[in-house]
Amino acid sequence: MAQVTLRKLVKNYDETPAVRGIDLDIPDKEFVVLVGPSGCGKTTTLRMIAGLEDITAGDVVIGADVVNDVPPKDRNIAMVFQNYALYPHMTVHENMSFGLRLKKLPKEEIEKRVQKAAAILGLAELLDRKPKQLSGGQRQRVAMGRAIVRDPKVFLFDEPLSNLDAKLRVQMRTEIKKIHQQVRTTTVYVTHDQVEAMTLADRVVVMNGGRIEQVGDPNHLYHQPATKFVAGFIGSPAMNMIACGLEQAAGGLRLRMDGVTLPVPESRTERYKAYAGKPGLLCGLRPEHLFEQRPHLEPGQHPFEAVPVVVEPMGNETLVYFALNGHDVCANVDPGCGAKPGAPLKLVADLRHLHLIDDASGKVL
Amino acid sequence: MAAVLGASSAGTASAGSMKRDRKRALYWSYFFLVLFAIFFLTPPVYMMITSLKSSAEIGAVTNPWFVYHPTLENYTALIGSEQYLTFFKNSAIVSVVVVIITMIISIPAAFALARMKFWGSTALGMGVFLTYLIPETLLFIPLFKIFAFVQDTLGIEMMNHYWVLMVIYPTLTVPFCTWIMIGYFASIPKELDEAALIDGAGYLQMLTKIFIPVALPGIIAATIFAFTVSWADFLYPMAFTTSADQLVLPAGIVTILIRGDVYAWGQIMAACLLGALPPLLIYAFLMDYYIAGLTAGATKG
Amino acid sequence: MAAVIPAAGQSAPARRRGGLARIARRKSTIAFLMALPLILLIGGLVIYPALYSIHLATLNKSMEHFVGLGNFDFLFKRDLFWMVVKQSCIFAVSAVVFKALIGFCVAHFVHNVPAKGQRKWRGMLLIPWVIPPAMSTLAWFWLFDPSYSAFNWVFERIGLPTITWLGDPNWARFAVILVNVWYGAPFFLIMYLAALKSVPEQLYEAAAIDGASWWQKIWYVTLPMMRNIISITVLFSLIVTFANFDIVRILTSGGPIDQTHIFATWAFKLGIEGNDIPLGASVSLFMFPILAIAAFFILRDINRRGNEA
Repeated sequence: MAQVTLRKLVKNYDETPAVRGIDLDIPDKEFVVLVGPSGCGKTTTLRMIAGLEDITAGDVVIGADVVNDVPPKDRNIAMVFQNYALYPHMTVHENMSFGLRLKKLPKEEIEKRVQKAAAILGLAELLDRKPKQLSGGQRQRVAMGRAIVRDPKVFLFDEPLSNLDAKLRVQMRTEIKKIHQQVRTTTVYVTHDQVEAMTLADRVVVMNGGRIEQVGDPNHLYHQPATKFVAGFIGSPAMNMIACGLEQAAGGLRLRMDGVTLPVPESRTERYKAYAGKPGLLCGLRPEHLFEQRPHLEPGQHPFEAVPVVVEPMGNETLVYFALNGHDVCANVDPGCGAKPGAPLKLVADLRHLHLIDDASGKVL
Repeated sequence: MAAVLGASSAGTASAGSMKRDRKRALYWSYFFLVLFAIFFLTPPVYMMITSLKSSAEIGAVTNPWFVYHPTLENYTALIGSEQYLTFFKNSAIVSVVVVIITMIISIPAAFALARMKFWGSTALGMGVFLTYLIPETLLFIPLFKIFAFVQDTLGIEMMNHYWVLMVIYPTLTVPFCTWIMIGYFASIPKELDEAALIDGAGYLQMLTKIFIPVALPGIIAATIFAFTVSWADFLYPMAFTTSADQLVLPAGIVTILIRGDVYAWGQIMAACLLGALPPLLIYAFLMDYYIAGLTAGATKG
Repeated sequence: MAAVIPAAGQSAPARRRGGLARIARRKSTIAFLMALPLILLIGGLVIYPALYSIHLATLNKSMEHFVGLGNFDFLFKRDLFWMVVKQSCIFAVSAVVFKALIGFCVAHFVHNVPAKGQRKWRGMLLIPWVIPPAMSTLAWFWLFDPSYSAFNWVFERIGLPTITWLGDPNWARFAVILVNVWYGAPFFLIMYLAALKSVPEQLYEAAAIDGASWWQKIWYVTLPMMRNIISITVLFSLIVTFANFDIVRILTSGGPIDQTHIFATWAFKLGIEGNDIPLGASVSLFMFPILAIAAFFILRDINRRGNEA
């Protein structure tokens, strides 16, 4: 069994805390992505799992053993670095077999593993080349090959795609996912790119300021964010958060943002009514839940009007930016609806996907 | 799907075996560093100890590593000695002049080699590097003859005058200084040239307003190198200058102060220490430039 | 539009070509002039004397007759000459090996120390290289003095036999190598420390995960990454050590009984002190083939590895 458990993991650099108590259970064969902005502690956590950083407090458990004091080479892990860290004077074959040669595995075994990994990654013709002669994507694959041949209990990836150009990144993302399906090893993957997190992960761990904000599978995080941070971090373009007032009215609760009033769906009345009149509330709606006027509206979808300031045609959709209650709001409208800057536009808000956020606590209510 | 908050056993702060390993490596490092520091610093320290001893104390064969009756008489004798002061003066004049000559030759040459492509530039670059294969110990004899010849034919007094050193020392300093500066000049991005051109600068202005300020660390490092080499050279002065008023410090101390069988070691050591003072002072204050000069040359190669 | 472009394209390059060529030619001449002093200096004071020394070596003592290889013939028959050859090679190789080893090891020690302290240690350890060699060698000479040696004083106190440092040929040779290593190791230290810092930390981490012990890390990561700088420093040092004059001259003047002569000091003795210029030139000249061979091999090694890039 190769599950990874982090218990109350803490890391302080001198007096500065970098990781403030992480608890995480990663079952065997799961692909977990640690995602968050720079400085949130995700890379530090990964390096503590690898054994490249000392642990200030807490435990790292791999399999059934607490590995706090175990040196990296004995933890049965493999790591893919952001800068690939390939040995420049060794060929691809030697790079991949280096760890195995140090362990003094028999030659046939080494050869078998290298060939198998090369086959999975499409490196068979490149085995005699040196890293200097390879492209960025090829080098990344060699780094992965080096990890695969070790047949470890856990794969660790430290922002491996950050050095690649956009197109290559998309390509390699799919490769990594395919490899995981083939090789089925527990994987911990660190990135700052939430698109990578969403597309690759079985579960996503959103980190901020040294703590875990929320853990869940991608869809769950997208549709049911627990905190303001997660709501704003996941999804692109980001969720709109507009300061609003929650009022008790005749037919139920409603939101007031400047001149616009939107009724809260009945299903939410119970949940929200305690907060009516509370200051510091934000109305969270994703751009795709603000769209153009349609002939047939479902219950929960309510029309309003706004004046676009910037219109960005993306081809299959058009992003429209307008001002509301002092915020820049983004709506995702059909290209054919004729949106033009300065011309008032009829829009619809789908309040079935409303997220009411308490700014003070950062929680989604 | 919330994070599993384990009611786990208290996570202990672990001073892992890795930390212990690193601490051990650190202690061993310090141990060896102290050993080597003792090895490297013993001669200079001993120089200082001896220089503070009177001749009587040296002759009395007491503990050579300790000064019982420290005295500055050696230093005062030297500072009062016109001969020693002449050595110092000669060294200073030669070194300063050689530094100036070196810079005048090296900077333009480095600029040309780093920035402009002209016929033979790559060959010249290689050639500069290769001149170091021809050491002064190979050249001093033919030079001796050449200078004698020049003196005989042109009547210019080349032999036994210290300004022959000013002619010869640049061969020791210019190649390396050029090499250092080529490295620095080459590391200035070409976009800077182009931005300057767009802003309306001519070549001369580019050199003075952009290159030299940006390459200043390299220039300082090269200057320090040229000075130190000129100050310390021993073979050429020994070969080409003989009378006491023409000698520079290294040759002067060795030949004149060591007279016959009686060595006034206190004075000799004081002379050595004072003679080593200029390079040491430059090193103390400009250590980073000193080291940058060395490493720049090699790592660019 | 298509019709207009070729016409415009035809006239413009012709105009541009003339202008560019003129500037290129002028630039080239300016560049050449800027490099001219350098060329003159090297040509006149390095290359010419080197060639001239070949000519000198073919003359007789009074420099009136041409004796061809007579000087070399004379030298080859003398045991002292071959001893000088052997001595110079042994000095150079052993001194450089120790200098490189010490430089490499101490660089690691300094690198291990936290960054703030590194500057202090580096500053202290470079001092031998800063002091003019003539003066520091005098200090060693005093430390080795037959009657007053401070080392012997310590030996007496702790019961070890005293050593006639400069009186015994073998100890004299040891002393020369020791002073050479003392003087030159800091240079290697500085070079290798700079090179050590340029090896990316992640390579060591990858090696740690792959299971490398500390010496395996040095063998498989550090040394290969430093191959070029090691070659360059060793080449430079071989040349400088081989052609060294100061240390032997001051410590032993080639003694006792000519037993510690190397090329430079013997050439000095024969050529300047003995007034036999051609013979001195021949001795000096003999250095050159050995240096050239060493340089050739090391440069070829560097070039070959550079082409692998």
